Formats: sequence, C-alpha cells, structure tokens
Amino acid sequence: MSLVYAGILSHAPGITGRAHLAANELVRDQFYDCLRRQSEEIKQSSAEVLIVIAAEHFANFFMDNMPAYCMGVGEKHTGPIEDSEWLKIDKTTIPGSPVVAQKILKSVMQSVDLAYSEEWQCDHGIMVPLHFLTPNYDMPVIPCNINCQGPPLTPLNRVWQFGRALRQACDEQDERIAIVGTGGISHWPATPDSGKINEEWDREFLSHLMQQNKEKLLSYIDEEIYRDAGQGGFEIRTLIATAAAAGGQGELQFYSAELPIFAVGCTVANFDVST
Amino acid sequence: MSLYQVQKFLYNLNRDEKLQSIFHEDKHSVLSSYDLSAEEYSALDNGDIGLLYILGVNGQILMHYAAYLQIEWFDYLQLMRDGVKKYGSVRAGIYAMTGGGAKFTGENAVDDPGESA
Repeated sequence: MSLVYAGILSHAPGITGRAHLAANELVRDQFYDCLRRQSEEIKQSSAEVLIVIAAEHFANFFMDNMPAYCMGVGEKHTGPIEDSEWLKIDKTTIPGSPVVAQKILKSVMQSVDLAYSEEWQCDHGIMVPLHFLTPNYDMPVIPCNINCQGPPLTPLNRVWQFGRALRQACDEQDERIAIVGTGGISHWPATPDSGKINEEWDREFLSHLMQQNKEKLLSYIDEEIYRDAGQGGFEIRTLIATAAAAGGQGELQFYSAELPIFAVGCTVANFDVST
Repeated sequence: MSLYQVQKFLYNLNRDEKLQSIFHEDKHSVLSSYDLSAEEYSALDNGDIGLLYILGVNGQILMHYAAYLQIEWFDYLQLMRDGVKKYGSVRAGIYAMTGGGAKFTGENAVDDPGESA
C-alpha cells in the first residue's frame, strides 16, 4: 500500500491574501494551527510525493480546450499566476514528480480519460494549500485538476470513479504518496455575494463526506448545488474524489463559517486510508 | 455578444506576464486582435469591472484581472455592485449576484460602519 495520507482543506485566496482583514483573529489562528497540523501529519506519514486534487480557476485551461480531468506530469510547476502582493504568496517553482506521475497517469487511464500537461501553472487553488502544507516548496507535487469552472461539469459518479482509480494507481507504486483534495463547499466567490456561506448545507455535506456515504454524496445535482451552495459549490468534486481515494472514514478537524472575509467555510479533515 | 473573446483575452492576460507588459505599453494593439463589440472593447479599455461583471465574465477570471489592476478587495466587490446598479443584472454566466447587493463579509463593518454586515 503506498497511499499513506489523504485529507482535504480549503484554498480560498483570502486565506492568505486577506488574513489581515479577518475580524475573528482567534478563529483565524485556530484555522491556521489546524493547517499546520495537517502539514505535520503529512510529514509524519513519510510521504515522498503529494498529489493535489484541485479545482483550478483558469490558470491552465480555458473553454477552447477544457479537460474534465488533467494531471500535471512536468518536472516543475510555477505559481502563483495571480499578483503576489494580492495573494501574499511569492512567485516560486515547485518540484514535480514526472516518473511517478507518468505511472499513475497510465494506471488511471485504464478506467478514466485523464488528460495530462507538462506545463502547469498554479493559481491560489494549489498555492494556498502548499503555502501551509509544504511552505518551503520542497516536496514533489503532482497537481490534478477537475473542471469545476466551465460547465458542463463531470458527473459525480465519474468523480468517484476517478478517486477510486487514483487510489488503485497509488497502491501500485513503491513510493509513499499523500493526497489532498482542495475545494470549497458552499460559497459565492469573486462576486458581490462573497462571504455568503450556507453553513447548514456545508455541515450536512461534510457529514456525508466523513462517513463515506457514497449514495448521498453522489445524489447531489448541479442545479441544486448552484441554488444552495453557489457556483463555488461545484468544487465539492475535489473533496468527493479524495474521499473515494481514501476509502476510510474521515475526521473533521476544523470547520468554521466565522471567517467570511475568506469567502468560504474553512475546512480541514483527514481520512483513514488503511482500508 | 462575444463574451467568449472577452474572457479569452482576460484569461491570457491573467496568466502571461509578457502579455501584461505588452498590454501595458500598447493596450489597443492587444485588444484589436480579439473580436470584441464596442461595449466590450470599452469595458476592457477602461478596466470597467462593473461592466465586465454584468457582461458575464466568469468571476474567477474577473477577480484575477482586478488583482492585476491592483484593485483592493472591498473596492472590487463594490465595483461589481455599482455595475449592477448602473448597467442592470448580469446578462450571462453563472456568477450572477444573488444577494441583492447585500454585504456578507462582515468585516466590512470595520471600514464602513454605515453598511450592514
């Protein structure tokens, strides 16, 4: 077994870029502490490679050629694409893991049509998680994207299948691999509604996710997600894929809707990967 | 409508520092290579966030463009609200305002005590 860690976390750009505007500094700092503990958990797992299942925001893909799923197989990645001062993260280079990525790619392609890219630019969707999880940017990263921005979006049953295929691919490798999924739950990002959070919806979804309730997770439909959880809610795809890859029960380590300046219910969780 | 072209330009600009330099030097030569309506051209020429928002530019693209323009966060949110007041409801896309212009960030009260949180 080579999957040694699976977890989820939020990635909203305000988490780093608007930290100074958070009114509730106590909750903000509790959130940051939890992210640092997640970093420590990954370190303690002795993972050699980190797969990040993300929902990018037009850093690499546009509607001229939009893959449902794509994996970064290059030797290095760059980011953030955004203004560094705005995101409060300096532009940097992140090592890739081309050999492991190619092996995983070939395995996943047995059941899911996974595109690949040797040129990967990271936006806040990956840079914010790495800022906390691998702050020195010294751990090899394999970015994966699920299109959550340009509808039509991949169906949730395919997302689950992608997660399972990723797990099988990881288990075939000798290397120790960690997976984190990063996406919002309910949120209305980058709109005048920024800061709107449907906490009840979030907590119900997270309950299903932690319990590996596949039937409930796959019963969400995009029209209802859009109505109840906003366009940002489409990013639950990354979280569902991670749960599917993990296979075991989750532990919600942090959730708070008390940081609206971050524009999302801030979340940290891990999963049992032993099953 | 050529919303696709507007978004394609912004997508290219947001992720390409060389294009940003060229655009900074000669805005019109860059914009003329895209098939834009007069309204779209004007919105991009003037950096009119409110108009771009109601034209239907994807929020994730627009947010990064606002960062490129060095627009502060609360100003960005307000420019979109002002755009809705000035130009009407969002015409396309999935980033339409749902809250009637309400502010949800809470922290706004720190800077703007006259506004409800």
